[in-house]
Amino acid sequence: MANFETVTVETDLLICGGGMSMTGAAVEAAHWAKQHNLKVTVVDKAAMDRSGAVAMGLSAINQYVDLKSGNNSVKNYVDYVRNDLMGITREDLVANIARHVDSSVHLFEKWGLPIWTDADGNYVHEGRWQLMINGESYKVIVAEAAKNAIAELGDNGEIFERIFIVDPLMNDGKCVGAIGFSVREEKMYVFKAKATIIGMGGAVHVFKPRSSGEGLGRAWYPPWNTGSSLYFTSVAGAEQTCQEVRFIPVRFKDGYGPVGAWFLLFKSRATNAFGGEYMVERRPELENWAPYGKVKPIPANLRNYLGMLDTMEGKGPIYMRTEEALQKIANEFKDDPKAYKKKMKEIESEAWEDFLDMTISQAILWAASNVQPEEQASEIAAAEPYFIGSHSGASGCWVSGPEDIQNDDTKDEYFWGYPNMTTVSALFAAGDASGASSHKFSSGSHAEGRIAAKAAIAYIVDNPDYLGADQAQIDTLTARILLPLDIFEEHSANTSDPEINPEYIKPKMFMFRLQKIMDEYAAGVSAQFTTNKHMLEKALDLLAVLKEDSEKLAAADLHELMRVWENIQRMWQASVHVETMYFRQETRWPGYYFRADTPKIDNDNWLAFVNAKWDGEKWEMIKRPVKYMF
Amino acid sequence: MPSYVIPDKCDGCKALDKTACQHICPNDLMVLNMDIEKAYNREPELCWECYNCVKICPVQAVEVRGYADFVPLGATVTPMRGSDSIMWTVKFRNGMLKRFKFPIRTTEEGKAVPDGGFATGTEDLKSPILYTEPDSVRADFFTLK
Ligand SMILES: Cc1cc2nc3c(=O)[nH]c(=O)nc-3n(C[C@H](O)[C@H](O)[C@H](O)COP(=O)(O)OP(=O)(O)OC[C@H]3O[C@@H](n4cnc5c(N)ncnc54)[C@H](O)[C@@H]3O)c2cc1C
Ligand code: SF4
Ligand code: SF4
Repeated sequence: MANFETVTVETDLLICGGGMSMTGAAVEAAHWAKQHNLKVTVVDKAAMDRSGAVAMGLSAINQYVDLKSGNNSVKNYVDYVRNDLMGITREDLVANIARHVDSSVHLFEKWGLPIWTDADGNYVHEGRWQLMINGESYKVIVAEAAKNAIAELGDNGEIFERIFIVDPLMNDGKCVGAIGFSVREEKMYVFKAKATIIGMGGAVHVFKPRSSGEGLGRAWYPPWNTGSSLYFTSVAGAEQTCQEVRFIPVRFKDGYGPVGAWFLLFKSRATNAFGGEYMVERRPELENWAPYGKVKPIPANLRNYLGMLDTMEGKGPIYMRTEEALQKIANEFKDDPKAYKKKMKEIESEAWEDFLDMTISQAILWAASNVQPEEQASEIAAAEPYFIGSHSGASGCWVSGPEDIQNDDTKDEYFWGYPNMTTVSALFAAGDASGASSHKFSSGSHAEGRIAAKAAIAYIVDNPDYLGADQAQIDTLTARILLPLDIFEEHSANTSDPEINPEYIKPKMFMFRLQKIMDEYAAGVSAQFTTNKHMLEKALDLLAVLKEDSEKLAAADLHELMRVWENIQRMWQASVHVETMYFRQETRWPGYYFRADTPKIDNDNWLAFVNAKWDGEKWEMIKRPVKYMF
Repeated sequence: MPSYVIPDKCDGCKALDKTACQHICPNDLMVLNMDIEKAYNREPELCWECYNCVKICPVQAVEVRGYADFVPLGATVTPMRGSDSIMWTVKFRNGMLKRFKFPIRTTEEGKAVPDGGFATGTEDLKSPILYTEPDSVRADFFTLK
């Protein structure tokens, strides 16, 4: 057996992940830990400066409620999220984030993030809830504040980078830490903690991406978030929610460049190849999805759906009419050529920054295709499905809400002691890891990480005894985590090409097998995002065999060992997704997936959360009521 | 090839305590070839073209060639990242050049102060009011109670 040194770290609070939510958690935890003399440890698989979904930067802060202006209320935000998610949302969680998010944004500004302001010094809004930023260094700045906060703890604060977290440590149904391995040296890491927060992002490459050669990595969602949150919390026994609510963004085709600025800031239209505007021509279709089809803004998935109907009818390609939008702006200045030139220069710079801040590939693609947006339209398309509960999807753990945002009706269902604690004691979740609270984006994830951290410190103060994890459990997990190295060691010399061997499967081919199943049977791109009961049954059968073969995954080195575990995590994400789509016998988010055998929304039976809990052998499905409070 | 390394320029970060590109890649792709002490991207098909290796390389040895399976050849997008701004040069396939400069931060590097100068209004661990709040919200604290 692979013989790795084991490093044991004892701490009070363990923070798993170093992205938006967990940098927020680190800042908050450091403050309260200092007052109670507690230790805080942060672990990231990458370098916190550039890890997670914001590694490249962002061009907008997508959640800012602007409570100080009085223009918006917490209720307004809850209404927006409830409607966008077709009625399925935890209003207590959304409200909790909404009341804290402005605080995170104001902190970002103080830390050094340039937020655009107008001549009067007010923030420039991209849309009602979005702020424009110069966000190349967004993640660097937010990570810096987190690191500085942890440094203030002295010996009581520690950050580990390049440690890949795999499994929870459990004692008596309670989470007592985590186990993982270094991707740089042959070392296992055992973190023993009194409370653990999970913020390891969502999942990508569960479905086959549109590009499968060199461009395989150019998914909209970054290839390094692989379902670690879902896997960890599920194995711990934490109830999951909304795992059917995937997110499919419509973006500039292939480069996946953002469209928000074009739609919201430059007021561009999208049309099909024949000039028809699906948002106008297909308006009657929205009646079928009432009441949500009738609200403004029209839910993201319904906007997707109307475009998809055009594509399926053979009316593609679909274009973002950049040339028309810019012409319209030009016309406003037709009498003043100097002002026009100035305006166009400004817009050009804004348009390119939008790409350069967060999707540089799209800038390369435009430059390589000689695209001048003022002269020609650019194609947009629906990407493949992703799991990102913080954006316009909703997948994640079922967590407790705050006590002070409950009413008599919700209190028993939605509150169990500590905000953002999962259904497993001492285990908390935030960002993409917590579900039914979408549209929190980068800023709301940061705020939610802070909420979870303060609650976790409170939990530790209330439960100061350290339960500990027994050595037998650690030994078993260590052997299992390192098994792929042993399998490779044992069999690789049996063939002349270590990639092809009847005794094992390498993680890359395993990933392709998973993606093919999901793409074809679970409503991926090539199935036009459509599935039915029988196809889902087929997917479940194939996933069951895949799971058997996952025991034969092999890794030649540490890097490949990480790839093995990433793909096991993806497989778990796939499994709970298919089970949940199978359980929900209706079509509620037609622009995310369409169940052709139950093609309509069914509010009488399915205005409910579908939750799933891993019982050690299978997913137990639980239907929970949706309760409105605003 | 997404990100690639120009061998003549790469010195393996000999002068630094760690290999910069290897340190920063969020997907653990950049590694040193020990034999020649030059870095390379070991899994180009899992590269996000996030440019973090490009921006961090002290000798501009890393560049990006757009994904060959859908990006025509001939364009380059090149950053120069300073301490408070970034300059981008975009070269089109037809030779056209565009330059953009954007600010990246308003504070000195390393100087982000955790509380941002905001006061914390409570010492109560059970209160829903977080560190720096309600000062940092700049509005009355919302609650249903
Ligand atoms: C393409 C794209 C564009 C977006 N645009 C915007 C926008 O314009 N505005 C906006 O406000 N929001 C935007 N978002 C949303 C925003 O990025 C997310 O809401 C936010 O990053 C979620 O925070 P998180 O902490 O849950 O995950 P992340 O920020 O992704 O962090 C996950 C962390 O977990 C770590 N990790 C993962 N697995 C492991 C493991 N096994 N062990 C240890 N560590 C691990 C990662 O390294 C990373 O540090 C965008 C997202 C994407 C993908
Ligand atoms: S561009 Fe990003 S993902 Fe690709 S090798 Fe460089 S740092 Fe890694
Ligand atoms: S950062 Fe630049 S110089 Fe250093 S190893 Fe990487 S490519 Fe070479």
